[in-house]
Amino acid sequence: MLRTWLSLGALVAAATGGALLLRRRCERTDRGRRFFRHPTSTTGVALLTFFVLVAVGAPLVAPYDPAAQPDPVGLQNRPPSWLHPLGTDLYSHDLLSRVVFGARVSLGVGTLAMLVALTLGAVVGALAGYLGRWVDGLLMRIVDVGIAVPRMFLLLMAVALWSRLPLGTLIVLIGVTGWFGTSRLVRAEVLSLRERPFVDAARALGASTRRVIFGHVLPNAAAPLIVSAALGIGHVMLLEAALSFLGIGVRPPVASWGNMIADGRDLLTTAPWISLVPGFAIASVVMALNAVGDALRDALDPHEEAT
Amino acid sequence: MTAWLLRRLAASVAIVFAVLTLTFVLIHLAPGSPFRPSADDRTVSPEVIARLDRVYGLDRPLAVQYLKYIGNVARGEFGESFSQHRPVARALADAVPNTVLLGVAALAIEFALGIALGAYQAARARRRVDAALSHVTLFFYSVPTFWLGLALLLVFGQWLHWLPVGGVGDPVVHDSLPWAGRVLDTLRHLVLPAGTLGLVGAAGTARYQRAAMLEVIHQDYVRTARAKGLSERRVLLRHALRNAVLPIITLLGLSLPFLLTGAVLVETVFSWPGMGKLAADAIFARDYPVVTAAAILAAAMVAVSSVAADLLTAVADPRVRLGARDAR
Repeated sequence: MLRTWLSLGALVAAATGGALLLRRRCERTDRGRRFFRHPTSTTGVALLTFFVLVAVGAPLVAPYDPAAQPDPVGLQNRPPSWLHPLGTDLYSHDLLSRVVFGARVSLGVGTLAMLVALTLGAVVGALAGYLGRWVDGLLMRIVDVGIAVPRMFLLLMAVALWSRLPLGTLIVLIGVTGWFGTSRLVRAEVLSLRERPFVDAARALGASTRRVIFGHVLPNAAAPLIVSAALGIGHVMLLEAALSFLGIGVRPPVASWGNMIADGRDLLTTAPWISLVPGFAIASVVMALNAVGDALRDALDPHEEAT
Repeated sequence: MTAWLLRRLAASVAIVFAVLTLTFVLIHLAPGSPFRPSADDRTVSPEVIARLDRVYGLDRPLAVQYLKYIGNVARGEFGESFSQHRPVARALADAVPNTVLLGVAALAIEFALGIALGAYQAARARRRVDAALSHVTLFFYSVPTFWLGLALLLVFGQWLHWLPVGGVGDPVVHDSLPWAGRVLDTLRHLVLPAGTLGLVGAAGTARYQRAAMLEVIHQDYVRTARAKGLSERRVLLRHALRNAVLPIITLLGLSLPFLLTGAVLVETVFSWPGMGKLAADAIFARDYPVVTAAAILAAAMVAVSSVAADLLTAVADPRVRLGARDAR
């Protein structure tokens, strides 16, 4: 238990210190100043660092094994106490340990699924925007269809019909249903970029189409991509939680914040902490991500460059 | 204008058709069938399954089933639900009004509260109230919808006993109440689910509205209005807000898919018998006709609402001309 408190304290200190240090260093640049001018960005960075550190150092932080059921009769649904700081659930799991290990799953799924979505969106958007003509028409019609179906319906169909999907497939599926918006964003950016002189120059120097798209055009569209990545992770984490809540996302005994909320749903009156604790964890991380995303948008906005 | 509308409607029909095909392919690609939940399930004898498959035409080749289904849909026939043993149209007719009620109430909260909050924040930009409200909206924007629903249910339903915890009406007394009592009963049941969806949406709208309003406030015509000696209230409400609300109309059209996604969760949390719950239950039960019909309906609603949003924008903003090739 002592180890848990010490490591939690150390991680809080490290996260806060890290965020403050970063702010100190970034104040020197124009973009950094704009980033940290946001009232919530410092807190956001600190919170995010904290949760990432917790996820990485989970075995060190968690007081118990997250799947251990020390006493399924005597330790059921216990409220927070000294030995179990966040209480226990129906199966006598220690909730703090589950929240800590759940951070790995929830943050991991969020990041990886976002990367899948971002890659697909960037490639499709760049191809549609740069090549134009029938490629553009075809790809954008696919995007129209993808946007017209509520994402939850698509995911429910894909995930519920193939029961017992491995975690990797779940990540890919969440990614594959989430790139439509990004591709429109990138396409719009590429449409204006491809008319710029540096693209003509690259082509005149004999660069292949692939090289022009991926070496010259896309890197210049990075700013909106970074922003949509920060906001996208939060969105995916909420989706994963929703799917797990409906019983078709991450499956027990693996703990994710979403299936922990689901575990507590029927015990809401007797043991509300089982559902409330992981919900606060999700809300804090997504809040931090949104705050950082907002600040990044302002920092990277080329219109503000001049001011 | 008419040409634009026709083109957009044709595109919408094509999108709905594509969604139909996608749904059809997805559910038939999946392992298992409605009457055979998993390969190792032996509770129903193979002869019975084969007979059921024959009755519902599931033993035919996929292409034949697909063409037959398209033919039926074109005639407005959505088939018979496997799990509810009644026409899909009837199941939808029961569910859709509930979702529409929930959605309209949620949208009303979302936009009334969101626009008011955002405009208020912009008027008080960079003061303490603005910062405090920014944190509040950030929180509601970041919270999982279903978790907020559970938390509200816990506080207002279980602890305070102010509001009922689920359903569209009291299961015991609803039907015996007089007319006004029934309306009141439904409204009481509506507060929590609509509030949950509305609060999450309002947070997003407020963030958007605040930014839009701040952009407008610094424009020349607002300064002119102030210079004319108009009261600050009039400047903000009549001049600034009017232009700042324009992008919100587009947002309204785009918010429908999110609303339907949220409805799946909120309807599950509050046992609200609407389209989201119907679709989710149908997917779990492998009730193919209901799943496809719900997907078609959802896609049609999304497509129509996006056309409607563009039309509304054109009505509200004389600078927008529909049908003109967008200049690049």
